[in-house]
Amino acid sequence: MRYEAPSTIDQAVEILSQADGITRVLAGGTDVIVQMRSGMVEPDLVVDIKRIDAMHEITPEDGGFRVGAAVSGAQLGEHDGVKALWPGVVEATELIGSTQVQGRATMVGNLCNASPAADSVPALVTAGAIVSIVGPGGARREIPAYEVTTGPGKTSLEKGEIVESILLPARPARSGDAYLRFIPRTEMDIAVVGAGVALTLHPDGTCAEAKVALGAVAEVVLLVEPAASAIVGTRLEDEALDALAAAASAACRPIDDKRGTIEFRTKVAGVLARRAAVIAHDRARG
Amino acid sequence: MSQIHVSTTINGDPAEFLCEPDETLLDVLRDRLGLTGSKEGCGSGDCGACSVTVDDRLVCSCLMLGAEADGRDIGTIEGLAEGEHLHPLQRKFLDHAALQCGVCTPGFLVAAKALLDHNPDPSETEVRYWLAGNLCRCTGYDKIVRAVLDTAAEMKGA
Ligand SMILES: Cc1cc2nc3c(=O)[nH]c(=O)nc-3n(C[C@H](O)[C@H](O)[C@H](O)COP(=O)(O)OP(=O)(O)OC[C@H]3O[C@@H](n4cnc5c(N)ncnc54)[C@H](O)[C@@H]3O)c2cc1C
Ligand code: FES
Ligand code: FES
Repeated sequence: MRYEAPSTIDQAVEILSQADGITRVLAGGTDVIVQMRSGMVEPDLVVDIKRIDAMHEITPEDGGFRVGAAVSGAQLGEHDGVKALWPGVVEATELIGSTQVQGRATMVGNLCNASPAADSVPALVTAGAIVSIVGPGGARREIPAYEVTTGPGKTSLEKGEIVESILLPARPARSGDAYLRFIPRTEMDIAVVGAGVALTLHPDGTCAEAKVALGAVAEVVLLVEPAASAIVGTRLEDEALDALAAAASAACRPIDDKRGTIEFRTKVAGVLARRAAVIAHDRARG
Repeated sequence: MSQIHVSTTINGDPAEFLCEPDETLLDVLRDRLGLTGSKEGCGSGDCGACSVTVDDRLVCSCLMLGAEADGRDIGTIEGLAEGEHLHPLQRKFLDHAALQCGVCTPGFLVAAKALLDHNPDPSETEVRYWLAGNLCRCTGYDKIVRAVLDTAAEMKGA
């Protein structure tokens, strides 16, 4: 295996795009190194992006924040600005692993590892996060977080492409977001179900806009539009929340495994979506 | 496979080593530098026995490459005591009998030190969450948590 740690993203892209064989970008390594050690993947080349200074920055942009691809969960959790703007995204990212894992793990790694149960992804999707990608020749493109994962372990990134940053956009007044997951214990486990909700209220208190996303109930994170439309125009009365929960459960197509049966996951998805909506609603009302 | 030359700082002292590109920092510490205080419990980030700090951030050294240490400031369990003088956490672990077999102890101490550096007055809940990535198969955790809280109280009083 070759290890490279370039100091610019253009060099990183160049090295990656010219390499043959199996390549991996190394951010926090909390997925890549586990996979290497278990023999799941044997890369010929690993490109460490942590020597690229700009990748460690969180910068305000148009009322939102641009988060560099090498920003760890711990660093994100210490940023009061991001926490105030998108508390759901920060709480979802902080759920990843232990204090030690938080010291290294990144949101971008969580997204690009493409696990259906990745905790930050439903929150990024409901936040409408935009992912900035640099490719061969310095070509840049931007796609919604929702379009990055295409299946378990699969992304829409092309050979040589690297995610440079994620833009957490500005949020209208009277907005809130939240993420909840179910795990069998209180810490250090993989989500059996995860649910993210982001919403914005009209000045009269009715819901103007909403997004609901579910993790671990399909091969990719699901953006459940019927669940969102169930609360748009309402004040999140019980009836509307029941409809949201029913729509969330209806969208699930989970697997049965030791962590949870299909029936359990389907039910819990509705319950969590409802609870997350209530928290997001409280946050939006301030 | 050509080896990588790494210059780093370990417990405040400059250190240099050669390592394979896919060698973990934990293997480098133990097998190349003779710093065997950091333990391997799982090798997959689950147990925390390999905990070290990198530029003051707590991480698992089993989930980091040795090559990544270049230019960084690494803190290991060997840096906790000052010569013969135990760190207050080490003393309190002994006082509270917060260890039995001891395999998890270096990781707990490094993690607890990082906690107290970051938050000198943690609540019991904060201690338990911070240490959730450190597993112990012997003590049942309670004595460890008491030892950390007692250290915080003592250091605050000092
Ligand atoms: C003990 C433990 C507990 C964990 N608990 C959780 C949990 O509770 N919830 C959860 O969701 N995950 C969990 N994880 C998984 C992992 O920590 C997360 O997925 C983490 O966010 C990965 O980030 P990373 O920076 O470490 O990624 P890396 O391991 O560095 O990379 C992950 C993948 O993304 C690719 N990649 C990384 N950065 C880029 C980039 N900039 N551009 C293109 N591709 C890129 C890599 O090539 C690799 O394929 C856990 C892992 C461990 C070891
Ligand atoms: S050996 Fe590193 S976490 Fe267990
Ligand atoms: S004292 Fe034996 S594992 Fe903790």
